[in-house]
Amino acid sequence: MQIPYILSAIVLLPIVAGAVMLFLPPKNRDLIYRFALGAAFVTFLLTLVVYLGFDTAGPRFQFVEKYDWLPALGISFHVGVDGISAPLVLLTGVVIFTGVIISQRIEDRVREFFAFLFILASGVFGVFVALDLFALFFFYEIAVFPMYLLIALWGWKQTREYAAMKLTLYLFVGSVIALVGALAMYFSSGLGTFDMIALESANFSPAFQNLWFPFVFFGFAVLGGIFPFHNWSPVGHVAAPTAVSMFHAGVLMKLGAFAALRVGIMLMPIGAQTHMPWIILLTLVNVVYGAFIAMTQTDFKYMIGYSSVSHMGLVAMGFATLDYNGLVGASVQMVSHGVMTALFFAVVGMIYDQAHTRQIPELGGLMKIMPFAGVGFIIGGLVSMGMPGFSGFIAEFPIFMGLWAADYPWIAIISVVSIAVTAAYILRAVGRVFFGELPAELEGHMHDVKPSEKLAIAILCFIMIAIGVYPNVIMPMVQHGVDAVLALLGGA
Amino acid sequence: MFASITPEMLLAILPEISLLVVMAVVFTADLILHGKRSSLPAWLAVGGLGLTLLLTGLFAQPGAQPQLVWGGMLRHDWLAFIFKIIFLTAALLVTLLTVGWQKVWLKGEYYVLLLVSTMGMTLMGASADLLMLFLAIETTSIPLYVLAGFVVRDDKSTEAGFKYLLFGAVTTGVMLYGFSLLYGFAGSTSLYAIAAGIASAAIPAPVLIGTLLLVLVGFGFKVSMAPLHFWAPDVYEGAPTPITAFLSTASKAAGFVVLLRVMLAAFPAILVEWQTIIAAGAALTMTVGNLIALSQRNIKRLLAYSSVAHAGYSLLAVAAASELGVVSLVYYLLVYTVTQIAAFGVVIVVWHTTGSDEIADYAGLHRRSPMLALALLLSFLSLAGIPPLGGFIAKILAFAAAVEAGLVWLVVVAVLNSIVGLYYYLVVLKVAYLDEPKSDKPVPATRPQAATLLVSVLLMLILGVVLAPWYNWAASGAAGLF
Repeated sequence: MQIPYILSAIVLLPIVAGAVMLFLPPKNRDLIYRFALGAAFVTFLLTLVVYLGFDTAGPRFQFVEKYDWLPALGISFHVGVDGISAPLVLLTGVVIFTGVIISQRIEDRVREFFAFLFILASGVFGVFVALDLFALFFFYEIAVFPMYLLIALWGWKQTREYAAMKLTLYLFVGSVIALVGALAMYFSSGLGTFDMIALESANFSPAFQNLWFPFVFFGFAVLGGIFPFHNWSPVGHVAAPTAVSMFHAGVLMKLGAFAALRVGIMLMPIGAQTHMPWIILLTLVNVVYGAFIAMTQTDFKYMIGYSSVSHMGLVAMGFATLDYNGLVGASVQMVSHGVMTALFFAVVGMIYDQAHTRQIPELGGLMKIMPFAGVGFIIGGLVSMGMPGFSGFIAEFPIFMGLWAADYPWIAIISVVSIAVTAAYILRAVGRVFFGELPAELEGHMHDVKPSEKLAIAILCFIMIAIGVYPNVIMPMVQHGVDAVLALLGGA
Repeated sequence: MFASITPEMLLAILPEISLLVVMAVVFTADLILHGKRSSLPAWLAVGGLGLTLLLTGLFAQPGAQPQLVWGGMLRHDWLAFIFKIIFLTAALLVTLLTVGWQKVWLKGEYYVLLLVSTMGMTLMGASADLLMLFLAIETTSIPLYVLAGFVVRDDKSTEAGFKYLLFGAVTTGVMLYGFSLLYGFAGSTSLYAIAAGIASAAIPAPVLIGTLLLVLVGFGFKVSMAPLHFWAPDVYEGAPTPITAFLSTASKAAGFVVLLRVMLAAFPAILVEWQTIIAAGAALTMTVGNLIALSQRNIKRLLAYSSVAHAGYSLLAVAAASELGVVSLVYYLLVYTVTQIAAFGVVIVVWHTTGSDEIADYAGLHRRSPMLALALLLSFLSLAGIPPLGGFIAKILAFAAAVEAGLVWLVVVAVLNSIVGLYYYLVVLKVAYLDEPKSDKPVPATRPQAATLLVSVLLMLILGVVLAPWYNWAASGAAGLF
C-alpha cells in the first residue's frame, strides 16, 4: 500500500499543531486540551495506518518520499519506514496519544506544555523515518531540546533544574560527537550525498570504520542509556512530569538506540564487528547493574528509571550480538519496553497525583481503590519479567538466542540473573503498593482513576498482550527489517 | 575624466550613493528642525534604508564575472553584494529597534552617524585596494566610536566610546603599518596584484607572516578575535543597546569580509601558515568567549562574550580556506546577524520596562510577556545551534567546512565549546521561564520593535528550514573568490 505524503504528515502535523497552540488564548484550558487531544488522536491514527499498511512482502523501505532540500550538498528530505522503524512510529503515536490523555491534570501554562510536547514528538517521528543523515540530525536535535523546558518547567520541584540541565547537556554532547562522525562519513565517502541508502554502499575502509564507529555509536547510544553514559536517564525520568517520563523512557531512549543502529551499525558494519565484542560487556553492565540498582530503590520512579537502564541494555546487547535473532529481539524489545515503561510511568503518575508520595514503603492496598491501574501495572510487571504470553518474552527470548548463536554464552548466563532480580523488585513493588494495608494517612485521599485514564492503560496493555499472544502482529515486519540489516553485515 | 564613468560603475556604488543621499536628507531635516526633538529623522532614516535596500537588491546586482571598478578600488562581485544586503538589513533593523529608545531616538545626528558607518561597511565589503580598504574601515569606525559614547550623561557609555576609540586607533595604526609593508613588498596597493608582486619579489615566509600578523591585529580587533577581544564586553555593555546590536552584527560581518578577502587574495604564498594562525585564533576565541560568558550576570556582557565565541566559530569557517568555508561563513554571518539582532531586540524591550540589563531581572519574563519570552527563547536557541532555527545549519556548515579541510581537532574544540554555550543560554532561558517574576507588570514592545522582532524571528526560521536558496546565494559569493 502506498499513501502519498503520509510520513510527511506524521512528521509535520505535531510541530504545526504545537506552533498553533502557542497562539491559542492561554486562559482557555479546555480549548487547548481538546486541541491537543485531537491532534494527538489524528497523529495516532496516521501512525496506525502506516503500521497496518506496511507490506511485509514489499520493498525494504515503504511510504518513501523524497524532496530536494539542499541539492548542492546532497541533502534531501528523504523519508521512509522499514520493518524496524514502522513499529517505532506506531509506538510514538501511541505514547503521544496516551500521554496527552493522562496529562489532564497539568495546570500551569498548559498551552506551552502541550506545544513543547508536540514539537518533541515531531522530532522523534522525524528521526524514525529519516533516510537522510542531515534530516536525521535535524530532527534528533529538535527532539532533544524541548525536554529541557518540559522537565525544568513542569517537573518535580526538587530536582528538575539539575535533571533537565544534565539530561540536555549529556544528550547534546552525544549528538554533536555523532555529528562529527557523520560529517567525516560524508566527506570520506566521496559520494557528495547525505542519503543513508546511498551511504550504505559507500564501502568505507576498515580503518575509517574502526576509527569512527565508536564516535557515532556512542554519540547516539548516550540517549539509549548505555553504561557508563546512563546517568542522566533515571534522574531525568524522576524529575519529569508524567507524560514526559512516558515519552522520555518510552520513546526517546529508543531514538538513541535506533539511531545507533541506523547510522552506526548499518553504515559502518565493519566497525561494528570490530568494536561490538567489548561494547557487549558494557551492555552487560547495563543489564545487570541496572537491575540491582533498581532493586535498592525505594522511590517508585527511580526504580522504574533504573529498570529502564536495565531493559535498554538488553536492546543494545541484542544489537551488539550482530546476530539475526539478537537484532530481531532488540527491535521488538524497543517496542515492548516502550509500551511497558510508558504504562509504568502513567500508573505511577496517577498514584503520585493523589498520594503525593512515591516512596514504595509509604504506599499500600491500592488494588482495592484503583483496581484497573493495579492490573495494568501487574501486566507491565509481567512484561518486564519476560513472562511468556507477554511482549517481554517475545523480545527477550530471541536476544538470549542471539547471544548463544553469536558465541557469548557467558554473557547470556550472567544477564539471566537480571531477570531474577527484575522479578524480585517488581513483585516486591506490586506486593507493597497494590496489596497489603492502605496506610492510615492515605485513607480517604485516594480515588479510582478516571475513565479516560483507564482507556490509556487499556491501550497500552492491549499492545503488550497482543504481541505476547500473537507475535505475528509484529514479528514478520521486524524480520523484514532485520534481513536488510543482516545483508549489510555481510550475512554474518 | 567623467567621460570614463560608465553606468555599470555607477550601479556598482548605487548603495553608497543612496546612503549618502539619505544621510544628506536626514542631516538637512535635522538642521531645519533646529534642535527640536522630532521623530522625523528616525522615520526618514528607516524609509531611506528600506529604499536603499530595495534599490540595491534590484539594480546593484553584479554580473557573473567579478569586475574591478573605479580604477581598481572596488570589486563588484557577489560577495560584496551579499554583504551589502546584510549591512543594510542590519542597519534597517537596528534603526527600527532604536525607535522609542530613551531620548536618543529623537536626535538626528544619531542616524546620520549610523548611515555613514553603514556606507563605510558597504565599501569595506567591496574594497579591492589597501588604500580604499583603510578609508572604508575608518569611515565605518569613526562614527561608531561616537555612537558608542552617544549618551554623554551616562558614564558607562562615555567609557565605552573612549575605550573603543583608543583601542580602535591603536590597532588600526598597527594594521596600517602592515599595509605599508605589504605595499613595500609588492609595489602595489591593489589586493589582487599583491600576491603576484610578493611572489616575484621572493619575500621570505617569516617576514610575510610577520606582516600578516600586523594586518591581523586590525582585522582581529574588528571581529573581536582573541586576544583582541578584550574591548568588546565593556563597549557592548556601555554603548546604547541598538548600537551594541549594530556593533556585534554588521560591524563584525564587515570585519570578516575584509579578513576573508585579504587573506585569500594577498596571502596565497603562506596559505598553510595563515590557516594555522586563524585556526589557533579560532580555538582560542571560542574558548575564551564561552568560558568567560559562563560567569556573566549582565545580559549585554553575556551576549558580548557569546558574540566573541561566535566570532570563533566563524573563524573556523575562515580557517577552512575553501569554497565551502566561504559559503559557510556567509551563511553563518547571515544567521548570526538576524539572531543577534533579535536577542538585542528583546534586551532593548525589557530594558524599557525594567530599566535593567541584569539577567536576574529577566525572572519570569514568560509570565509577564509570553511572546517576548518566545522571541528570547528562539533567538537563544538559534545561537545555541538548535534546529529548526538558522543557527543549526550555520553550525553544521561551519563544522563541515572544517572537517573537509582536515581540521578535525578544531571541530572537536568547537563541539566542546558549543556545549558550554548551550549551558549558559539555557541558564538565561531558565531564568526567563522558570523563576518567579518580581512584578506582574507586562513588558510591552513598541510597534516598530515588535515588527523587528517578528521579522528577525521569521528570518531565523526561514534560514533554518528553507536551505537551498540561501546556500546557493552564498555559493555565488564564494565562487567569485576562487
